[in-house]
Amino acid sequence: MRGITRFFRSIYQNKVTFGGLLIILFVFLVALMAPLLSTNDPKTIDLKNILSPPTARHWMGTDELGRDVYSRIIFASRVSLNVGFVAVGISILIGIVMGALAGYYGRKIDDILMRFTDMMLSIPTFFLILATIAFLGPNLFNIMVIIGITSWMGVARLVRAQFISTREMDYITAVRALGANDGRIILHHILPNTLSPVYVSAILGVAGAILVESSLSFLGLGIQPPTPSWGNILMAGKDNIEIAWWLSFFPGIAILITVLGYNLLGEGLRNMLDPRLKK
Amino acid sequence: MEKKKPLLSVSHLKKYFPVKAGFFSSEKKAVHAVDDVSFDLFEGEVLGLVGESGSGKSTAGRLILRLIEATEGEVFFNGENILKADGKRLRSLRKEMQIIFQDPYSSLNPRMTIGKILEEPFIIHQMGNKAERKEKVLKLLEKIGLHPDAVSRYPHEFSGGQRQRVGIARAISLSPRLIVADEPISSLDVSIQAQIINLLEDLQKEFNLSILFIAHDLNMVRHLSNRVAVMYLGRIVELARTEDLFKNPRHPYTEALLSAIPVPDPEKRRNPILLSGDIPSPIDLPEGCRFQSRCPKKIKACETNDPPLYSINEDHQAACILVKN
Repeated sequence: MRGITRFFRSIYQNKVTFGGLLIILFVFLVALMAPLLSTNDPKTIDLKNILSPPTARHWMGTDELGRDVYSRIIFASRVSLNVGFVAVGISILIGIVMGALAGYYGRKIDDILMRFTDMMLSIPTFFLILATIAFLGPNLFNIMVIIGITSWMGVARLVRAQFISTREMDYITAVRALGANDGRIILHHILPNTLSPVYVSAILGVAGAILVESSLSFLGLGIQPPTPSWGNILMAGKDNIEIAWWLSFFPGIAILITVLGYNLLGEGLRNMLDPRLKK
Repeated sequence: MEKKKPLLSVSHLKKYFPVKAGFFSSEKKAVHAVDDVSFDLFEGEVLGLVGESGSGKSTAGRLILRLIEATEGEVFFNGENILKADGKRLRSLRKEMQIIFQDPYSSLNPRMTIGKILEEPFIIHQMGNKAERKEKVLKLLEKIGLHPDAVSRYPHEFSGGQRQRVGIARAISLSPRLIVADEPISSLDVSIQAQIINLLEDLQKEFNLSILFIAHDLNMVRHLSNRVAVMYLGRIVELARTEDLFKNPRHPYTEALLSAIPVPDPEKRRNPILLSGDIPSPIDLPEGCRFQSRCPKKIKACETNDPPLYSINEDHQAACILVKN
């Protein structure tokens, strides 16, 4: 437990990392309390009030159907966090399994799994996602799963490298000498020693997944209106960019801040975990 | 000495690690890490295995426990060839044979408490419930002389000697009959070495353990071992009872090793036999005797004859052609 306290203290001491953490917590709170924070129903159309600039009633203006942009952005944070976390959860899971098997067993298994990883890496992921979504239909579930299964390769390589070095440690040999089976060695003894870089990769991955979801929604292949997502608000903004700046500006800022938060925390953690940078 | 059945019987054990000779070369080469090693280890006996770095002694220890797979040969433990045992049988055999590592800093999982590390063997073999396991862990700690508080502490909070005690506790936790001690003291302070040796000695007597004691400190080997095997380049070159080996070494390499032992008396004159040259590469072994390139007593026949272990008497063998003559 002392280690955890020390860990949080060192996050606190690093201003940039701590700033990232604060941003993430802020976005979390917003998503959690969306119904309380919103001023209007995000889906209510008000045709008398279309493309209204920011006013006291509509803090961030309204869109081309008269919906309140502020409330839509607040609710859209839920979509982004959902996609971010589920997609990364899937990618981490696949990455750990692939990396662990390749790294622990080596030889043939390593060759097969890593060539498959290389193959996946050589495919331009975004176009694969686009094509798959176009084929399967754009809904939240498909988007999360597809982002997940196209972004595990970095994690797999990371975990594999960690397994290869940890596998040779005496304390692993000791457990093998005690008669532990492979499953126990992998899950109880090697894996806990390999996870720190995976956490970093996961946090950075959330930022990536949020960006991909926004891009998809912007292209019309992501979250479908009337459900709000930062990407599809932006798409509407693009059509009216000359007369309604607020429609592009606010969702853009929301994406920027959220992604920045994850990147700051991720980079900060990476530096903290890097033994070369330790004091 | 009466004729006893050996607990461990190693015969013609070999381990070759393949190496690539070059990117375009199809020539197959191998490091002859352990090259035809045979010996017996009896119940309750301590066999010292000495040799310089790279002589294959650690590899031999791990082959015997089947922590790495042998290229060739047989290892009989209690009459059963463990190199042929299947996964399940092997895992249950592992209860009977354990290992102590050289480096106490890498042999304990940094993320597990001492309690967890010592409980692990009992969980693996499904022995006892949680309370019983905890009881056993506390007993182990008492046996090796650590405070019961250690249970909830992490390895980095302990000194090298204390960590090595934990390593020993883990090795004896399942009441094994054989322990391979892979240089258990060579990374410790001299003052701690004696404590660890005494601990090992006490445990050996208490449980009638058979120990394969791998080391390069001949004084410690002399202190602890009943018999000593000297390894050079993957092969045992001399095997004898400890007193015989130290008083009457028959292999020139053993003689050189013994003459190099430091004597704690500055007045005493020593005439160490200085070996010239380096240990040959275990990839390209010389033809004939593998010690010929450094042997002060080399004769013509050494260049063509690769000597097996010749018996001098029942308990003393040496792999030197001069012994045969």
